[in-house]
Amino acid sequence: MATKIFKHIQTSVVPLPIENIDTDQIIPARFLKATTREGFGNNLFRDWRFDENDNPKTDFVLNNPNYSGRILVAGKNFGCGSSREHAAWAIDDYGFDAVVSSFFADIFKGNALNNGLLPVQVSDDFLKKLFDAVFADANAQVEINLVDQFIKIVATGEQESFEINPYKKACLINGYDDIDYILSKKHEIEEFETQR
Amino acid sequence: MGKTLFDKIWDAHVVSSNEGFPDVLYIDTHFIHEVTSPQAFDGLRKRGLPVFRPQQTVATADHNVPTWDQHLPIKEELSRYQVDMLTKNTKKFGIELYGLGHPYQGIVHVIGPELGITRPGGTYVCGDSHTSTHGAFGAIAFGIGTSQVEQVLATQCLLQARPKRMKIEVNGTLQNGVGAKDIILYIIAQISAAGGTGYAVEYAGDTIRSLSMEGRMTICNMSIEMGARCGLIAPDDTTINYVKGREFAPKGEDWDKAEAYWRTLYSDEDAQFDEVLSFKAEDIEPMITYGTNPGMGIGVTQHVPATEDFEVKEQGSYKKALDYMGLHDDEQLLGKPIDYVFIGSCTNSRIEDLRQVAAFVKGKQKADNVTVWVVPGSKQVEQQAKAEGLDKIFEAAGFPLREPGCSACLGMNEDKIPAGKYCVSTSNRNFEGRQGPNSRTFLASPLTAAAAAITGRVTDIREMLSESVV
Repeated sequence: MATKIFKHIQTSVVPLPIENIDTDQIIPARFLKATTREGFGNNLFRDWRFDENDNPKTDFVLNNPNYSGRILVAGKNFGCGSSREHAAWAIDDYGFDAVVSSFFADIFKGNALNNGLLPVQVSDDFLKKLFDAVFADANAQVEINLVDQFIKIVATGEQESFEINPYKKACLINGYDDIDYILSKKHEIEEFETQR
Repeated sequence: MGKTLFDKIWDAHVVSSNEGFPDVLYIDTHFIHEVTSPQAFDGLRKRGLPVFRPQQTVATADHNVPTWDQHLPIKEELSRYQVDMLTKNTKKFGIELYGLGHPYQGIVHVIGPELGITRPGGTYVCGDSHTSTHGAFGAIAFGIGTSQVEQVLATQCLLQARPKRMKIEVNGTLQNGVGAKDIILYIIAQISAAGGTGYAVEYAGDTIRSLSMEGRMTICNMSIEMGARCGLIAPDDTTINYVKGREFAPKGEDWDKAEAYWRTLYSDEDAQFDEVLSFKAEDIEPMITYGTNPGMGIGVTQHVPATEDFEVKEQGSYKKALDYMGLHDDEQLLGKPIDYVFIGSCTNSRIEDLRQVAAFVKGKQKADNVTVWVVPGSKQVEQQAKAEGLDKIFEAAGFPLREPGCSACLGMNEDKIPAGKYCVSTSNRNFEGRQGPNSRTFLASPLTAAAAAITGRVTDIREMLSESVV
């Protein structure tokens, strides 16, 4: 089945300079009771975004009208903790196409890639440059080019290349999904079972 | 060159390996639960696919279930719906379900091992990060996302890149009152909540070898809390004796064959690890966490760090964590009054955990200011505890033994810690809101939790052990 295609974006970014953001913050467990993939964006960062009476917390970046864009930029070890794919669904459903951090937890990274949400791992230095750029100018544009594997701060031209597994890259660019690929190996799987 | 334990198991499960692609890894048993499976079954329906190997798929309901009055319908509508959905999906796709009311029901990472489904040398996945627990048997076991749950349902395989290998050795003699939970909290505090990311971690050394299977499961369970893909411990007599005779363990000739193979599962002397770390058991105190990730742990007598101890770029995150916890720089947790004690979760809800707690609280009374929840990991643990009279000991101490489920480990069922309250918890995560919105979690061992239940304060278990035999 086709999934979301990602090749290239240029957009302003939303900064979230907090480290070790776990998937319980991205989508708290009490919102995991849905049985479809849709609608999780409403509860993205629920307890950082809204108070106990469901009023928006004005000091949280998603409630700050100055910041918007399709790239979320966050501190190191983003997506640690629970394996809930709902975290990737929530970020995607909210309207982000990519998350940039200096380090990703690996289950989150895999989940993001399986949903056409691109995790871009940059150096600590480049992450700091990104935060500096967006705090100096909330509209600072950032370009992510998956085909050529680089991320660029448009105004200054500063850029860094990023790594991605070539297979996952091909999946994102073409909208392939893992199950299509693995189903093509079905007779090898059956052969493996009989030879054990 | 020799192979690591991890590589021996991985290599035995590679269906196909192609340059530039992740390996196609065969999965022996796929565990599923109600939270992370509905969208995967939906995906199968959309593709018009059956479950490829339903007999290698095992289901239970654990996250949403109440731990009191389980014979009544689940009160919360969405929880009930999600559990019902699992019942429908497993029925339609021909999968065995150990649901509510079934004698095998329980937390997925407790029932797999106790039923003899988890065995040395196997590969196990589940849409749940604490699947790393099963690695205690010398198996490859890890958590996956829902898209991958669908992949395994459809093919019994997973596309997966081989992680790097790390060995963590712990040698020496543990202090009295210090156990497996303290070891793993200590390791995570040393290497951080991201220190194991990208690695399969093999735990070794004589301290690890001396642990029971329950203790080994506690260690492997929390591998994910340092970011590791999985954790594993080479099988030995302890492992083999634990598996032998269990419901689904191999029998007769099959057993002999299996055991002979399991005896070959260890890292060769000359096997290469990408990273090797060593710790001394004597350095480990009873541990407690003070912050909002499992890496923020200290010995129970130590003080929490000061903000200035951290690099400038980390100070904001650190202050945020302390504010959330209602703590201040350099504070000592010892003696701090607490409100709740939770003994349970896939980390510490096995019979050995309950025995240890019962032995300690026997003849004592819980403090008036504390609510105590003791939640067995499975129906079988509950039955065993009752058969041994542990329920009577808990009852006399002022708290009843509850019914099995994930309970207060995560705020998904009725057992939630109220906002602002402190809970000494034997679970695995102290994230903001993990045990309920604005709840505050101190992770600790079952013994440290039991001591807090009795004193109503954060307590050094070592000081109380002279009063009782553990």
